[in-house]
Amino acid sequence: MTSAPVVTAPGSLLPLRIEALVKRFGELIAVNGVTLELNSGECLGLLGPNGAGKSTLIRSIVGRVIPDTGKVLVFGAAADSANARAALGWVPQDLALYPRLTCRENLEAFGQYHGLQRAELKTAVAWCLEWAGLADRAKDTVASFSGGMKRRLNMAAGLIHHPKVILMDEPTVGVDPQSRNRIFEMIEKLREQGISMIYTTHYMEEAERLCDRIAIIDHGRVIALGTKDELVHNAFASRSEVIARFGNSGERVVAWVKQRGGAFDDGTARFTIEHVTEIAALLEAAAAAGHELVDVSLRKPNLESVFLHWTGRELRD
Amino acid sequence: MIFAIVRTALTALRRDRGALALSFILPIAFFTIFAVIFGGRRDTTPRISVIVVDEDHSRASQQLVKGLSDESLSVKTRPAPKRGVAQPEYTAATAEAAVKAGDAPVAVIIPQGFGEHPIAFGGGQRSTIQLLKDRSDMVAPQMIIGLLQKVAMTAMPEAMAAQGTQYMDQYAGGLTPEQRKRIEGSLEELRKQQSSGNDRAETRRSSETGMPVAIAARDVVGENKNNPMVSFYAAAIGVMFLLFTASGASGSLLDEAESGTLDRVLSSRVTMGTLLAGKLCYCCLLAFSQLVLMFVWAWLVFKLDFIPHLAGFAVMGLSTAFAVAAFGMLLASMCRTRGQLGPLSTLVILIMSSVGGSMFPRFLMPEAMQKAGLLTINAWAIDGFTKVFWRDEPISHLWQQVLVLLLIGIALFAIARRLARRWEYS
Repeated sequence: MTSAPVVTAPGSLLPLRIEALVKRFGELIAVNGVTLELNSGECLGLLGPNGAGKSTLIRSIVGRVIPDTGKVLVFGAAADSANARAALGWVPQDLALYPRLTCRENLEAFGQYHGLQRAELKTAVAWCLEWAGLADRAKDTVASFSGGMKRRLNMAAGLIHHPKVILMDEPTVGVDPQSRNRIFEMIEKLREQGISMIYTTHYMEEAERLCDRIAIIDHGRVIALGTKDELVHNAFASRSEVIARFGNSGERVVAWVKQRGGAFDDGTARFTIEHVTEIAALLEAAAAAGHELVDVSLRKPNLESVFLHWTGRELRD
Repeated sequence: MIFAIVRTALTALRRDRGALALSFILPIAFFTIFAVIFGGRRDTTPRISVIVVDEDHSRASQQLVKGLSDESLSVKTRPAPKRGVAQPEYTAATAEAAVKAGDAPVAVIIPQGFGEHPIAFGGGQRSTIQLLKDRSDMVAPQMIIGLLQKVAMTAMPEAMAAQGTQYMDQYAGGLTPEQRKRIEGSLEELRKQQSSGNDRAETRRSSETGMPVAIAARDVVGENKNNPMVSFYAAAIGVMFLLFTASGASGSLLDEAESGTLDRVLSSRVTMGTLLAGKLCYCCLLAFSQLVLMFVWAWLVFKLDFIPHLAGFAVMGLSTAFAVAAFGMLLASMCRTRGQLGPLSTLVILIMSSVGGSMFPRFLMPEAMQKAGLLTINAWAIDGFTKVFWRDEPISHLWQQVLVLLLIGIALFAIARRLARRWEYS
């Protein structure tokens, strides 16, 4: 299989640099002063709930949204420049395909839109079909594809022109677990080749598995940025989480949880502890206060915990 | 339960502007158009144009011309002034050319010597009036023939009386010199009365029996055509469906906008201008192919003279396809969704087609409606195709139709491009 070209930043220019980007839609501030950098060969995750501003940020990068202030530079070029367009590969959240065209015809069309011709186009189509595992369905119309196959083709269409920077906007939305794993494998192949990538998702597991660094986004702002370990450490240091469910969730329980420094949400209390031995004290205190505990577990904090820590809300709210 | 179902359906209808327009605006619009055309106000009833050439310049021929002018006809004896300069009177040749060019559906040639034998009954000696007609207009020539007979009876009383006296002299055993003298005296008196204009009411009441004027009608347009209306309807129906096809095809823009494909395309090297130009070319090609199919079918099945008119067809077909494609692009760029495009295009296209002559010939419409038709693509396209296939006019005569269609296309595309800016960025 021909591999996608491995790209390095020319000179000292970063593949992508976002500076103080702001985008408003009327009263709504969709992106609120975001500053980010994507290093060469890095996969940067944008993790946040629906409506956090991830897609608007991606659309600003790809030149489909004009920011109110701030700028986006792709290898030093403005986002809406021809050079930036050629360097960027966008996999939109929507299935942006021609349903009545075959798999191959779709790839050929998007390749031609990016200026590919003849042998170059043929090679690129062959690589995309192989990469997406759709070579045997090349002659089938997209309308006949399963959801997972459409997703894979949607990704392939974004890579048809061998972009230097890839923007994946929730590529696994609405697919079954098996198809999701297939998509992960495709992305990991790209990562092995050192492609620079931004990957948006609201699935913590995807960000943990695929991304070198993660920017947690909420209400259009980057509220935390770093590797997974850095994010957890910054929020929790060396503390662990105790998750407790009570037999009742009345006001007395909520007040007691807050008094003990915990958080109560959706019938579940969360506490952080430095040492495992602190669990025993917590259980005794609950019993003394007359609260019935039905389930208690100890876990290391994850990205979900980090998000909850900084926003007070669940990631999937 | 039934009430709930009705209320739900009514609420849904109230929020569906397209369905509301189709349900209430389109029928009213159509009713109004048809009512104006067929039932309409009397003051807008079309006046049939007729060219009259008086080669005789006799008293009888002048009376005939004056009688025709008094009828509800638009009698032309000379072309309209050009740049303020009066044009010479029509001759038989220029009148024939004018009918061929579509300036009037009928020309009446009153031959030299008409005054000597203007009328006759029962096949007697008489001059024959030439009637040159456009075969595509099946109403005007019949009306003119009838009016000529009527005018002969009412506008030339002394000719009628003289002819009656001649018959009496010939078949009733001859007149005595005294009778002849008295009759001549009466005829002279009749001539004087008519000259003074006192006789009109009287003569208009005279009997209208018989066919006193000899008329020889000749087709000067469409005389060799196999089927007089095929070319008209091939163009008329063709253009209407072209409009539907173009609006449907350009609707792919809305599909792509809704699916997100448009965003992806615009994130490539393709700009909105390039994309719209590409769509325009596609719609143009589709529309032209549809016209080709329509006319080839008319050629194969209805014996339309297609091959000899290929060049004219290509010129008119491409001009029409361009204008129609731009119209489709405009409609698509005006709408937010495919759901909006359907009702809007149906509404606009059906109204344009009825006013523009795709459903019935414009020459049957009142003058005001004929002028309104000039605001539509249909009218210009049909006029052009009629020139090619019906009047056998050379390509150079199509410049007006081609120019208007091209200008319409350019203007509509420019507006569509402007409206499409909303898709470019957000």
